[in-house]
Amino acid sequence: MSNARANILARLRAVAPQDTAATTEPAAPTEAELGRADKIARLKRLMENMHAEVIVTDSRNWTNALKDLLRQRSLNGLLCAPTTPIGTTLAESWESDLPPLVGYTEAVEQCKERLFAIDAAITSTKGGLADVGALILWPTPQEPRLMSLAPAVHIAVLEAAKIHGSLAEAIRRERWAGGMPTNALLISGPSKTADIELVLTFGVHGPKELIVLILDD
Amino acid sequence: MTETTVDFPRNFQKALGDGQLRRNLRAAMDTLGLRRRTLFSDPEAFEQLRARGDAIRRRALSKLPELLERLERKCTENGIRVHWAETPAEANQICLDIIRRHDATRVIKGKSMVSEEMHLNHFLEERGIEALETDLGEYIIQLDHETPSHIIVPAIHKNRDQIARLFHEKIPNTPYTEVVEELNAIARKVLREKFFAGEVGVSGVNFAVAETGTLCLVENEGNGRMCTTAPPVHIAVMGLEKVVERLEDVPPLLRLLTGSATGQLITTYFNMITSPRKPDEKDGPREVHLVLLDNGRTKIWADPELRQTLKCIRCGTCLNHCPVYTRLGGHAYGYVYPGPIGSILTPQMEGLESAGTMATASTFCGACEEVCPVKIPITDILRRLRVESYNKADTPNAVKGHGYKVNAAESLTWKGWALSNATPWVNALNAKLLGLLGPQLPKLPGPDIVKKWTQSRALPPFAAKSLHALVKEKGIADE
Repeated sequence: MSNARANILARLRAVAPQDTAATTEPAAPTEAELGRADKIARLKRLMENMHAEVIVTDSRNWTNALKDLLRQRSLNGLLCAPTTPIGTTLAESWESDLPPLVGYTEAVEQCKERLFAIDAAITSTKGGLADVGALILWPTPQEPRLMSLAPAVHIAVLEAAKIHGSLAEAIRRERWAGGMPTNALLISGPSKTADIELVLTFGVHGPKELIVLILDD
Repeated sequence: MTETTVDFPRNFQKALGDGQLRRNLRAAMDTLGLRRRTLFSDPEAFEQLRARGDAIRRRALSKLPELLERLERKCTENGIRVHWAETPAEANQICLDIIRRHDATRVIKGKSMVSEEMHLNHFLEERGIEALETDLGEYIIQLDHETPSHIIVPAIHKNRDQIARLFHEKIPNTPYTEVVEELNAIARKVLREKFFAGEVGVSGVNFAVAETGTLCLVENEGNGRMCTTAPPVHIAVMGLEKVVERLEDVPPLLRLLTGSATGQLITTYFNMITSPRKPDEKDGPREVHLVLLDNGRTKIWADPELRQTLKCIRCGTCLNHCPVYTRLGGHAYGYVYPGPIGSILTPQMEGLESAGTMATASTFCGACEEVCPVKIPITDILRRLRVESYNKADTPNAVKGHGYKVNAAESLTWKGWALSNATPWVNALNAKLLGLLGPQLPKLPGPDIVKKWTQSRALPPFAAKSLHALVKEKGIADE
């Protein structure tokens, strides 16, 4: 077994280079640059098609929009990252009739049961993709990976200025190749499946609801 | 289900006679085809995109040894442990060793065709380790002790009634329901407990980026994220051809994959994994392992024509558009990879003597090639495999099991045919004899192949007079 690597590479190296077609690679077509309003509109439309709820608000009003959303639902708690700007903003203005704020403060081994039992979580996003309608998340030590996965409702805050035209553009402009995080994610809606007769149903293993608050300042 | 002898004629007959299967398949394949056409509605843009996809995959394959080493180096720097396996048996053993080292008995799995190729579930279960499929379609067929019948929608051969019965019978305290949402809810409930308790997560890999050491996973359900995030250990298994050179190669391939597979602009989740949990991070696996499997791929790679098989990104669209697959479904093929891609990949992996018949399960209509997002010349490769089936010569790039079809009766027939066509009087005699005896051919003693051929086909009636004779009667000069 320890020879597998050497054997595989030896077999590959024994063959003379032969496919030169790669040198005539077609260039990527130039992407039309969308304006900010168009990017927001396109992302909103595409994500709504995928059953996400998208609310365009701004940095003064988003907490109120959030509170309205929460009051419409009966949730047992809202998981948040207490040391992030979102977490501190929420803690300052939280009200007693709202589901309690719960901080993700310990390693998963200490709080797995609570993570899988809480109804909702709120996270930031690194950006969005207008062409396909998706969020970019790069979870951090403060805002871990399971927040956007384990609870049934995921609420994501997206700053409109961070919406890119496409994934290719995001990778290029933000120089992702220079340093990828432990886990980078694109999320385009609530979890879904079409594995039974191709009937599209939402809320399989991940969140059943995805709510996006776009801050358009 | 990889058996040394697959009874293709029996399988095909059974599948064709299964009305339920054919109705289930027909509806699904038409829908998937329509969704794909709707997404790629601009033929020019699609041609441009797939020309890029083709070029990216060719470039990656042209640098395969270098990219694999680079991937290994980057992954290792990032803390991902890389393992190499020449055979499925080695890959299984690597997985088992990792699982045993953690004293784990509960493995949760995301969808992976390579793990099917390895028969990993069966291997682990024999050793007392539960390997639970968590993709809904995979979960359904695992409950029924079946294998996937499609690369993308593994349980597509079943309809909701069949699944309703299955859940009712196999999952304790489950009422019978044919409502798809309720069936989903049942699976969600059962599997969430499994995600919570899973000790090792196993996944496949859609693209592995050599530049950054990043493993990309495409999915809709979130089970892939669960398997790669919740348990303390993650094992990713991949065929060694899945590597791409640069991160910027990923977006066009991703679009081609989701568009071709299900007509989606993008899936719900695109998951890019570059390292295990770092010391200050609160979740994610503490160990990530990458298993690189060869299983015949290096041999396929050595031949410039056959190498193109390895461009495949496993979108399954060739299945959806194949007149043979859409009537048979995947199980009739008898191997892990069905349809056009299976028919060129499997005989190369397993050898022509056991799987060569798959290369004959084609009408050469070319639909698969027209839709293939990376322009694999599927019909050329099918033809090559058919030729190899009669090629005795032991050239270095000959496909495993080549020449298995060579037999005296057939060789003699073709020699006779050649002689007949080169010698006018023999040809005239043959034409006359066939006109007289042709209709009796299946009943005459002789090669069994005539009887087999005519069992399921109408024998074309031979004309009483040959073309030569008719032409002569009309007074036309006939050379």
